[in-house]
Amino acid sequence: MKSQKVSFTLNGKATEVAVEDRTLLVHALREELNMTGTHIGCDTTHCGVCTVDLDGESVKSCTVLARQAQGKTLTTVEGLAQGKELHAVQAAFMQEHGLQCGFCTTGMLMRAYRFLQENPTPTEEQVRWGLSGNLCRCTGYQNIVKAVMRASENLQAIALTES
Amino acid sequence: MIPSHFNYHNPTNLAQVFALLSEHAGEAKVLAGGHSLLPMMKFRFAEPTHLVDLADVAVLKGIKVNDSNLLIGAMSSENDLLRFANMEQLCPLLFKATQLIADPQVRNRGTIGGDIAHGDPGNDQPAVMLALNAQFHLESSQGKRIVAADEFFHGTYQTALAADELLTAIEIPLEQANKRFGFRKLKRKTGDFATAACALTLNFNDGQCSDVRIALTNLAPKSFRAYQAEWLLNNHPLNQDTIDAAVELAMRACEPAKDLRGDAQYKTKMAGEMLKRALLDATSSDSQ
Ligand SMILES: Cc1cc2nc3c(=O)[nH]c(=O)nc-3n(C[C@H](O)[C@H](O)[C@H](O)COP(=O)(O)OP(=O)(O)OC[C@H]3O[C@@H](n4cnc5c(N)ncnc54)[C@H](O)[C@@H]3O)c2cc1C
Ligand code: FES
Ligand code: FES
Repeated sequence: MKSQKVSFTLNGKATEVAVEDRTLLVHALREELNMTGTHIGCDTTHCGVCTVDLDGESVKSCTVLARQAQGKTLTTVEGLAQGKELHAVQAAFMQEHGLQCGFCTTGMLMRAYRFLQENPTPTEEQVRWGLSGNLCRCTGYQNIVKAVMRASENLQAIALTES
Repeated sequence: MIPSHFNYHNPTNLAQVFALLSEHAGEAKVLAGGHSLLPMMKFRFAEPTHLVDLADVAVLKGIKVNDSNLLIGAMSSENDLLRFANMEQLCPLLFKATQLIADPQVRNRGTIGGDIAHGDPGNDQPAVMLALNAQFHLESSQGKRIVAADEFFHGTYQTALAADELLTAIEIPLEQANKRFGFRKLKRKTGDFATAACALTLNFNDGQCSDVRIALTNLAPKSFRAYQAEWLLNNHPLNQDTIDAAVELAMRACEPAKDLRGDAQYKTKMAGEMLKRALLDATSSDSQ
């Protein structure tokens, strides 16, 4: 089967990649573009470890075709930190110990990153609803929820100092 | 898991869609949000050789409200519905049910049109559409027609849609959207499909229901209305006896398949429970 070129903006950079029509976005990212921060867990749209940001929405990249990303803006976990400086959401996961094995973490970070733009000052319950598409087998979620609450505070503080 | 090979097409208007569907008749499928179709293709339960993506067909998007109807483009995502201004007031049943579909990521991709057209008895929108007396706008190269939700669902993955026909829009009468409603969905965890769910609308005056529509999810090969239970409630004052009798009649209409969510007996019992709770929600004095 012949390959097709797909182009999109990935973590701020214009990117082009040759894929088969059937190539899933997660495979294009991991195998063609070496962006292995986006994981594959269930491969059946349930666990959320493959979550990326596509034109300002969280999507499960195991259930999107690479060709559906044509012309779009993509952010993966590799795009969160600025140089050596962690994104406020990443910093909060460190501060609150929001991970154990780390397998689900990249998906959690990407969902939390978008969720806190949808709802900058959530309640704990809203965090649980907002992250309900992401599963974790280790933490029991407690510290993940704390980390997202802390990230919300961090982001509010940053917004205050910038305004 | 990787789907079998197929050719991806990305038309930008309906004429191109219809041309592709007729050129590849029998081999093509349309792709909406892909959140039912792509998983099936990854499992190789579906192996279309042409996939016609509807994402860039602008006329299939957008939500409009006029004096008497809510008109929803088939390619509106579940989250588009939730984000539409005043949807909670305009059509509270649709709003409530949509909030309980899957999870945030799935709701960003999955469309109302795909949820209906898929014909999966486990999907929530079919029962919601039955309860709201929705009218479906269908279109093919041969022309347009309107089919009522009541006539649309034929069986598991079987609907009134012809192979070369699209669901373009969903029309919900505002009169129906404004009725008293109930929606109850039992699921194992947040984000799961229903073990059993009930959507209903009705009027309620002087202790008596009228215009009752009761629809059930995941309790038979297709989403369906519990007509006998509706009849009973339409013709008798509401009290404990008539509620119990309506629940009994609705349960008799169920023929669920056994699966990981439970056996037939359990699911049927839960159907009754969901109906009872939805009915109490709709008729309690402080609701709506
Ligand atoms: C983890 C998970 C949980 C879920 N939980 C729920 C749930 O709780 N409740 C629920 O209701 N759904 C649930 N779903 C299903 C989800 O809502 C799907 O998105 C939906 O069933 C299909 O919509 P789609 O836009 O993704 O359609 P697609 O997957 O793109 O298409 C589905 C089928 O419909 C056809 N089709 C699509 N659009 C049209 C059209 N406009 N005209 C004609 N044919 C069309 C396609 O050819 C295909 O055969 C869940 C899905 C997942 C992955
Ligand atoms: S790998 Fe995509 S949701 Fe689990
Ligand atoms: S930290 Fe191990 S799966 Fe979440």
